[in-house]
Amino acid sequence: MKLLIKGGTMTKEKTKTELNKDLHDSLLELIRITSTVIPDDVQRVIMKALKSEKKNTSAKYAMDIIDANIKMAKMKSQPICQDTGTIVFKVYHPAGFSQLDFRKVIEKAVIKATKLGYLRQNSVNSLTGKNDCMNVGGGHPQINFIETTKKNIDVKLMLKGGGCENVGAQYAMPYTTLDAGRDLAGVRKVILDAIQKAQGKGCGPGTLGVCIGGDRASGYAHAKEQLLRTMDDENPIKELAKLEKDIVTTANKLGIGPMGFGGKTTLLGCKIGAINRLPASYYVSISYMCWAFRRQGISLNKNQKISKWLY
Amino acid sequence: MIKLDYPFKKSDIKKLKVGDMVLISGKMFTGRDAVHHKIHKGAKPPVDLKNQIIYHCGPVVLETSKGKYEVKAAGPTTSIREEPYQWEVMRDYGIVGVIGKGGMGPKTLAACKKYGCVYMHAIGGAAQVLAEKIVSVDNVYWKELGSPEAIWELTVKDFPVVITMDSHGNSLHSEVESASAKKLQSLL
Repeated sequence: MKLLIKGGTMTKEKTKTELNKDLHDSLLELIRITSTVIPDDVQRVIMKALKSEKKNTSAKYAMDIIDANIKMAKMKSQPICQDTGTIVFKVYHPAGFSQLDFRKVIEKAVIKATKLGYLRQNSVNSLTGKNDCMNVGGGHPQINFIETTKKNIDVKLMLKGGGCENVGAQYAMPYTTLDAGRDLAGVRKVILDAIQKAQGKGCGPGTLGVCIGGDRASGYAHAKEQLLRTMDDENPIKELAKLEKDIVTTANKLGIGPMGFGGKTTLLGCKIGAINRLPASYYVSISYMCWAFRRQGISLNKNQKISKWLY
Repeated sequence: MIKLDYPFKKSDIKKLKVGDMVLISGKMFTGRDAVHHKIHKGAKPPVDLKNQIIYHCGPVVLETSKGKYEVKAAGPTTSIREEPYQWEVMRDYGIVGVIGKGGMGPKTLAACKKYGCVYMHAIGGAAQVLAEKIVSVDNVYWKELGSPEAIWELTVKDFPVVITMDSHGNSLHSEVESASAKKLQSLL
């Protein structure tokens, strides 16, 4: 609230989005659903992959267990994967909004979700090795605020496990080992190389978020941003749409298969974006998301209750 | 499906081959990065690991009442990070095998052959299916390492794994890796 002088008298004008108790409950529900339920668009591609694997193979066995796990996590309302990952919030908000206040509510909801077992005690001090047990502090959880012209608040959440994060890769082009230059043909080579190097270690079949350009930090950030796109969307840039399809088809010829057991499905999807670069730099940043692709989003109404699920 | 029942015997382990699908019943101990690092630095494991299985896992565990625990999620973590240490644990403490995901490298494969161990691959990310196979949490050691890094003593029933590295020098991981590298060359 801010005091304004208007016509000689003091009146109060509302300039801030007030946060209320329902916001906490809405955010807690977002965390619960993200940790325990696979989004519909991801589920559909997993089911397709399951059907494509041959009977009586380790690959089919892995996909059957994955399918059973998705169902069980939803039914029991328990984490799909025990590594509930780096907690990444994206908050899309109108002007006149306190990021500090919103952060406090998010932190409270994260602590509550950890106590309830929707999140693992997953935040470790890198110097002392001590687990803070609450997932708050030292950069956790990650929260990105984005101001928009819309009146309502949208919140997206991604839980990204450490196993798949570890197999992410960044290439500075030209990458001579593969004779990969600064063009889409070169980009294709290094993406496929990253998939082959990852083998089953990132809990495949996975999905790639890729960024062409940027610097070392913005490149990875934009690569992860690509993972917010739905599995069945079409890239508006024609060349990239074509490359995305080509990467998926070609990766699935590598024979790495679910969990690296060998098999037909190595990759579920590939989403590629491009941002500007400096003349001297040309990075290709690749973020690998495991099959347990946990991302969700909510629209909040003016009472800060959930009005819509975004995936 | 092959059944592997506790107490585990090296003679049973020897029979297992790459590609075998196995259901494990009995005891296992979780142990991941901090545990392996600590043992490597010279600490003695707080339990006798002879003929036991180590599970690379950092579960979600809730303390339901004082000293009583419930596992909420318990899939495998990536094993390759233990590659520098695993062979030592096989040599010094007589384990029969490890469960994890993603496979391990040549040091571990050689130790599997030399000391009669296997690498068993659980399905990564399948935290609910695998937690369901845990019958009880029997004890916890080195809890000061934090819940995901502690040693949890678990009893399991029909815990599903695939043998991907056996005690005869075979590794599915090195096979798939070299085949896919060759294939990649033809696709670039």
